[in-house]
Amino acid sequence: MNRNAYFGLFIVVGILLVLPFVVPNSFYLDLVIRMAINAVIVLGLNLLIGFAGQISLGHAGFLGIGAYASAVLPTHFGWHPVLALAAGAAATGLLAAIVARPIFKLKGHYLAMATLGLGIILNIALRNEAAWTGGPDGMPVPAMALFGYELNNDKQWYWVIALLLSVSVWASLNLIDSPFGRALRALHGSEVASQVVGVDVVRYKVAIFVMSAVFASVMGSVTAHYVGFVTPNLADFFHSIELVTMVVIGGMASVYGSLVGAVLLTALPQALATFEGWETVAFGSILMACMVFMPKGLVPTLAAKFGKGQ
Amino acid sequence: MALLEIQDLSIHFGGVKAVQNVSFSIEAGIVYAVIGPNGAGKTTLFNLITGVYTPSSGVIRLDGESIGGKSPNELATRGVARTFQNLQICMNMSAIENVMVGAHLRLDRNLIKAALRLPSIRRRDTELRSEATELMRFVGLAQYVDARADSMPYGALKRLEIARALAMKPRLIFLDEPAAGLNPKETIEVDQLVRKVADSGVTVVLVEHDMKMVMNLSDRILVLDYGKKLAEGSGAEVRKNPDVIAAYLGTHS
Repeated sequence: MNRNAYFGLFIVVGILLVLPFVVPNSFYLDLVIRMAINAVIVLGLNLLIGFAGQISLGHAGFLGIGAYASAVLPTHFGWHPVLALAAGAAATGLLAAIVARPIFKLKGHYLAMATLGLGIILNIALRNEAAWTGGPDGMPVPAMALFGYELNNDKQWYWVIALLLSVSVWASLNLIDSPFGRALRALHGSEVASQVVGVDVVRYKVAIFVMSAVFASVMGSVTAHYVGFVTPNLADFFHSIELVTMVVIGGMASVYGSLVGAVLLTALPQALATFEGWETVAFGSILMACMVFMPKGLVPTLAAKFGKGQ
Repeated sequence: MALLEIQDLSIHFGGVKAVQNVSFSIEAGIVYAVIGPNGAGKTTLFNLITGVYTPSSGVIRLDGESIGGKSPNELATRGVARTFQNLQICMNMSAIENVMVGAHLRLDRNLIKAALRLPSIRRRDTELRSEATELMRFVGLAQYVDARADSMPYGALKRLEIARALAMKPRLIFLDEPAAGLNPKETIEVDQLVRKVADSGVTVVLVEHDMKMVMNLSDRILVLDYGKKLAEGSGAEVRKNPDVIAAYLGTHS
């Protein structure tokens, strides 16, 4: 599985290197950037859902923490954007750990319930704390500066995000084929078996949940700086569901499935815009068809069909 | 001092007293069998000793240290391994990865190092892979080294569990019905495998219904019935015990 899996990374990097030179205009470049941002988030979420078997329905909330940390801290307190991003990520990690620890001591899918609630609470907080966040109208985000350079056009953002995506794919591949990753997959496959070989199940679930939450937070910050404006919609429940859908459609426990899911579900609403008023129906039908005919997700199903693992 | 000492161990689930006041001890290096009719509490006893259940009362000592109520992963750090009667194989992983997971505690489990695939991690994983291949050969699964777990037959999966347990390099291994559901030829192979495991210096505790295998392998036998200890002794002693005969064959009253 190993060599095959890393070969895919070369393809991804190859595509990312070529893409900016073949996209026809800035509309498509923007679309590609959004796809890549979602892909990183979905990668992190898939580590949690697909590999560890735990469901989070509040990931958009973590995205929101990152985004608003990047908006509020530089605007109101004059923080450097990089520091704000790190602070957002740290706060998200801490919050995720505090919420997850007691929940993972329980058996069953309580994480889904707890994250559902947490996501909604965060969203309400962002909407109501208007003095800080601009309320439902959102607020502008100062530009990101890296090493004294201000990132202010799409091309620059593209390269930053493409790098983030490549590194995330590489790190995910590394992780799942490591002692940590095997323990994670084992607790998904058989919790009791993983325990008797010495896996501290609670600790591993918390670790991967925190990690995927931090992925989301960092990408929330990136989104905020890239778009230049944040609204609470970024952190709402529907966005959380959308992210989970990307994992499921692309393929659970598949690194490349995460990418495919993110790309398709980011592009689909645009492609369906021609249906005028029926796009939601078309969108829903396509998702249903995918689940009926490919319940394991696109990439695992197609991979099995063409006779390759992973 | 015995390796494992059990004193007055009990657990009840609501009104059901699954294990009641059971006491016995196991010396290091022997094969110890637990037998009894279905529902006698054999697997429950295993679950108590390996930390899957918490005892209602009683003492479990491993090397003199009280381990009752400790979690399975804490027991794993003390060299206790087990297999399951109803298979607990990770079907989402390959066969060899299932064995590699067994070595969990002997590896560097750092998340950051793993994500960066540092050379130390990679080197150790390569070593581990050949170690796991060797173990699969040891249990007779050489042909399944590259297989996915979900494509293997039942008998092979039973042995895969043993390989995973051995990857822990345990001092004490609990085998819960290793021959259940196997055909006579496979049963003989498992019989030989358990013998090999015992000869390698691991103390074996065995639950098994195949009497020929139990009598063949065991140095000592504990007989349970309705959660209570009925008899304990060598194979010959247990076989002659009238209570045991009554429990298995019934009595004229």
